[in-house]
Amino acid sequence: MPFNIYDFSVTTKAVDEYFKAHMSPTWAFVMELLIVGLVFLIVYAIIGLYLVLAERKVCAIMQNRYGPNRVGKWGLVQTIADLIKLLMKELIPVRKSDKFLFNVAPYIVIIASFMAIAAIPFAKGLQGVDFNIGVFYMMAVSSIGVIGTLLAGWSSNSKYSLIGAMRSGAQVVSYELSVGLALLAVVIFSGSMQLSTIIESQANGWWIFKGHLPAIIAFVMFLIASTAEINRGPFDLAEAESELTAGFHTEYSGIKFAFFFLAEYMNMFIVASLAATVFLGGWMPLHIGSLESFNRIMDFVPPIFWFFGKTIFVIYLIMWFKWTFPRLRIDQLLTLEWKYLLPINLLNILLIAFLVLMGWYFK
Amino acid sequence: MQEAELQDILTSREDGEYIINIGPQHPSTHGVLRFVVSLKGEILEYLIPHCGYIHRGIEKMCERLTYQQIIHLTDRMDYLSAHMNNEVISLAVEKGMEIEVPERAKYIRTILAELQRLDSHQLWWSAFGMDLGGPTCFFYGLRDREKILDIFEESFGSRLLHSYICPGGLMNDIHPNFQTRTKEFMKYFRKKLPEYDDLLTGNVIFEQRTKGLGTLSKEEAISYGLTGPCGRGSGFSCDIRKHHPYSAYDKVEFKEILYDEGDTWARYKVRIDEMWESMNIIEQLIDNIPAGEHTARMKPVIKLPEGEYHQRVETARGELVAYIVSMGDKYPYRLHFRTPNFNNLFVINRLAAGYKIADLIAISGSLDLVIPDIDR
Repeated sequence: MPFNIYDFSVTTKAVDEYFKAHMSPTWAFVMELLIVGLVFLIVYAIIGLYLVLAERKVCAIMQNRYGPNRVGKWGLVQTIADLIKLLMKELIPVRKSDKFLFNVAPYIVIIASFMAIAAIPFAKGLQGVDFNIGVFYMMAVSSIGVIGTLLAGWSSNSKYSLIGAMRSGAQVVSYELSVGLALLAVVIFSGSMQLSTIIESQANGWWIFKGHLPAIIAFVMFLIASTAEINRGPFDLAEAESELTAGFHTEYSGIKFAFFFLAEYMNMFIVASLAATVFLGGWMPLHIGSLESFNRIMDFVPPIFWFFGKTIFVIYLIMWFKWTFPRLRIDQLLTLEWKYLLPINLLNILLIAFLVLMGWYFK
Repeated sequence: MQEAELQDILTSREDGEYIINIGPQHPSTHGVLRFVVSLKGEILEYLIPHCGYIHRGIEKMCERLTYQQIIHLTDRMDYLSAHMNNEVISLAVEKGMEIEVPERAKYIRTILAELQRLDSHQLWWSAFGMDLGGPTCFFYGLRDREKILDIFEESFGSRLLHSYICPGGLMNDIHPNFQTRTKEFMKYFRKKLPEYDDLLTGNVIFEQRTKGLGTLSKEEAISYGLTGPCGRGSGFSCDIRKHHPYSAYDKVEFKEILYDEGDTWARYKVRIDEMWESMNIIEQLIDNIPAGEHTARMKPVIKLPEGEYHQRVETARGELVAYIVSMGDKYPYRLHFRTPNFNNLFVINRLAAGYKIADLIAISGSLDLVIPDIDR
């Protein structure tokens, strides 16, 4: 990186030193945790809320409509107004429901997505935790969410919810395999599970370009499988509003429903940012081989813009096929995974292993 | 189904089987229809449709209303085929009174019926897409339907319940803009209809969800009394416009759309092709509307001679029959409607049993049910 001004670790180090100089190490640690937690909470809420707006706008464009355009300029405040409305709604208790599980389910879902966001590298040095098994951590944490979905369906005392939850369980368990295998493709290429190392390995070209066809296959597989994993259309069987009214969150209202809603959009963001990080180079600018002047110009764009630009691109792809495809049926969904995606992925992994062994990819 | 019989089924269910109620308030029943569905996991064991939630006793009310008043009730049966519903009573009364309707009225009635069929199929297409989980279809369909409704609104002031066709001809003459606007719409919709295919018909997921689903043979279709696009999807040639032409249908050239597969896909394709045919019919007639009176001279009080009168028309959903028994009074002694949806609904257990919940929604969508038409 030629521009150190874009390196956030300078800022974070300065803050760290400031705290260490003024208070005991324990307090400094606590203060830093608080600040990081608060920043993540705010970022989480803002991204979640504006993804809702973005989805409404994108779907409006797809459907020959304007979308929200009354509250604020271009409807920018609409999503805040909706949030306030949701917060003020009555929480309707369901008779004969399992009260404890019913209340705890939305928190599990939202905590799962909140934990995943901690490992996302937003820019150079701007990352909550840089695990050496970052990819694995993201996979593990994001699959906790399905427990919340299952509990929500089970505890609601509603058959619609139960069917939705069971569908979601079958779906997430199946598609997790494909997500993992698709990510493994890049892990093999870069030889590391650490997200920061994966990004560094893409300094001279993103993996989707460097890895030939297998990387492109892995990217498409990841896109399909992760869309299914986050229960979004055309794989939104857990909600399936035309069949199950609202699936697993049929009985939820108010803030608890808002949690599910927010978590759904945040999961989309997490998946998109993971795709951007692993396949599209994360915050790395677009570099083309030995075109020095071009590379220099690209370096001027701050990494955080690169990251969000790529993430928004992937999010748009996900929204695009949600709003143009009809929904799959449960058996077709499982057939797609077990008969097509999984074998293709396995073959792809073998192919990549072979390529890496022979060194037949752009280094 | 009797209440006791239902109780019997509910109590004697096997292990792992459970009952859910789809409806009366459910987004995919398109109104207040209720399915009692017995499921084993996701598989549908059997299904009992319950109707009557919007029963208004239209047939009974008709016994105390004059024929001009009855027109306004028929709108409320199949509100998406309002013109055809008006037409069936008008034709039956005209038959009884032996009135010759002016050619102009006949032509306009035919055009209106076909416009209404387009409107109905557009709405069906929108809702069918939504049933299958593609909400974008809904807005494409309604975008074009709005244009037809605007034409209707300009010509006779209402968008849904027109009551425009009446015994003797039409309530009023058409608006001067009617012809040009209809022609404009035809030009517009010929360009837009291929979009429907792009969005839904050519989609892999859509094909997999509909092909081979809910197959019904021709014999079964006949024995269940299926008519309209549902019957024609099973290869049952039942187009009243072709077999018993009324109004100006004997003056136009058109194909009866027939598909032999009998599955959800075939029922879908019939309706898409019918939209093209409807446009052909309208284009043949719209420039040739004869000049003259829009209505025959009628007495203010219509007293149908004693006897029984029977008239069939083809609505957007199938064969609608009005059967009037008159005692020579100004009210009918008895008036019965054979509505297409009533018969089309009760095939659903035969079609959907053994499939999944998602398929039930697709199948009931492909039957194109309008609930007020079932209950009347």
